[in-house]
Amino acid sequence: MGTLSTKHLLGIKDVTREDIELIFKTADNFKEVINRPIKKVPSLRDVTIANIFFENSTRTKLSFELAEKRLSADVVNFSASSSSVKKGETLVDTVNNILAMKVDMVVMRHPNPGACVHLSRHVDCSIINAGDGAHEHPTQALLDAYSLREKLGSLEGKKILIVGDILHSRVALSNIFCLQKLGAEVRVCGPATLIPKHLEELGVKVMLNLREAIAWCDVANMLRIQLERQDIHYFPSLREYSMQYGLTRQLLDELGKKDIIIMHPGPINRGVEITSDLADSEYSIILNQVENGVAVRMAVLYLLAGKTKASS
Amino acid sequence: MLAIFARRMKNKTLLDHTALNYTLHRLAYEVYEQHTDFSNLAFISLQPRGVALGKRILAELERLVKDQKILHGALDVTFYRDDFRRREEVLVPSTTDIEFSIEGKEIILIDDVLYTGRTVRSGLDALLDFGRPKHVELLVLIDRRFSRELPVQPDYTGRTVDVVRDERVKVEWTDDDTNNRVILFSEDQWAH
Repeated sequence: MGTLSTKHLLGIKDVTREDIELIFKTADNFKEVINRPIKKVPSLRDVTIANIFFENSTRTKLSFELAEKRLSADVVNFSASSSSVKKGETLVDTVNNILAMKVDMVVMRHPNPGACVHLSRHVDCSIINAGDGAHEHPTQALLDAYSLREKLGSLEGKKILIVGDILHSRVALSNIFCLQKLGAEVRVCGPATLIPKHLEELGVKVMLNLREAIAWCDVANMLRIQLERQDIHYFPSLREYSMQYGLTRQLLDELGKKDIIIMHPGPINRGVEITSDLADSEYSIILNQVENGVAVRMAVLYLLAGKTKASS
Repeated sequence: MLAIFARRMKNKTLLDHTALNYTLHRLAYEVYEQHTDFSNLAFISLQPRGVALGKRILAELERLVKDQKILHGALDVTFYRDDFRRREEVLVPSTTDIEFSIEGKEIILIDDVLYTGRTVRSGLDALLDFGRPKHVELLVLIDRRFSRELPVQPDYTGRTVDVVRDERVKVEWTDDDTNNRVILFSEDQWAH
C-alpha cells in the first residue's frame, strides 16, 4: 500500500523522496496501460477534474487531459481568455464557482508564482500545479526524472546539467529539487544574466562555460529561452546566445561525449539552444519524455484522487 | 511473544503441504480433462496472489502436456477495483505481464482464494481491455462459498471451505516448494 504525504502537488519542494518513488512505481504500471490495445482504466470514473489554464499551454494541457481521460475521469477545460477573470473575478472566486459544480480536482497553470499554494489554502479540493510563473512545474520535473531513471537506473551520484534560461524557468527549479532528492548532483549553465541570484544556496554550482559544463555532465537538459517572460534584453542576440550556449554535435564530438543523454522540456527552438540534428539524435530522449509525461501524470492524478473520498 | 505464539497455535491448517500437492495435481488433471488442445488456451493469473498458484498449476500441466507450450500471463486488477477512494490507503499496483493476444483465446483466470467475487469481477473487466476471448473460466484453490457479494462461481475448485466473515484464509508458498500450505486465521490474528 502507498499514500502520498501530501493532498496537493504544489511543488517538488513539498514532496518527499518516498512520494517520488511511489509516483514512479505507479507510473510504471500506467506506462504498461497506455501501451495496451485499450489504453484506458476505470479508476477515476467518479472523479471530475477541471483543467484551469491562465497561461497558454499545448503539451502540458494535452498531456494532463489525456492522462485524465485514460483514467476515465470527467474533464472540464477552462482557459483565461474565455473566462470571467477578464471581468474582474478573483482566482479564489473563479475556482470556487467551478468547484460548486462538483469538481473534485483542479489542475492549474498560472503566470504568478505561488498561485497554486494560495488556492490550496482557500478551496477544498486537490490541486495540481501545472506551472506557476517562474516558480515550479512539478509534473515536468517528475517526468524528466522518470525518463532519466528509465535510461540510467538509479540517479544516485549522476551528474545532471541544466542549460539555458534558468532565471525564467519553472522547469529548472522543480528539476533541481527533484533530482537532488533522488541523489543526483545538479549544476546549471547559462549567461550570468539568466542565472538567478543565490542559486548556490540550493547546492547547485553555476557554470558559465558550456564546454566545461558539457565535459562534466552525464545528462544535459537544454531549456528554451523564454523570450515571452523577458522584459529586458539579457543577452545581445539569439545568434550570440546560440554560439555560446547552443549544443551542437561538433561540441560533443570534440569532447568525445558518446553516452551523454540530452533532454528538453519543449517546445524546442531548433538551432537556438540545440541543433536540429542533435534534437533528433540517438542521444535525445525528448520523445520519451513526452510519452512518459502521460504515465507520470496518470500516476499523480491516481494517487492524489486516492486521498479524496468518494461521496456515498 | 508467548501470547502471540499461543494464538498462532490456534491457526487451523486447511491444507498441509502433502494435501496441497494432491490438490494442485487434481486441478491440473481437471483442466487437462476439459482442454485437450492447449494451443488456443492461456492462463492468466491475478496479481498478486494468483501468480504463485498459476506457476504451479502450469508446472503440473506441462508434465502432462509435454509437446505443447502453454501461454501464461499475469494480470493486475488494481485500477479496476470498485473500492478506490473508499479505503484509507491507495493500493499500489503489481505488474501486468501479458505478452500475447487474448483475442479468440480460451482463458483460465487463476486466483488463490475466491471470497467476495469482487476481485474476479475486476479481473474480468481488466481482461476484456486486452481483447475478446472466446471464453473465460475461473480456477481457484480455495472457494469461500458463503462469502460471495457478486454472482461469481469457479469452474475448477481446489477446496471449498465454509468460514465465518471474521476469519481469513491464507495460502503460503515457500520458494523451494517444501512447505506450502493453506491456513485459517481469525481477523485479530491476521492483523499480526
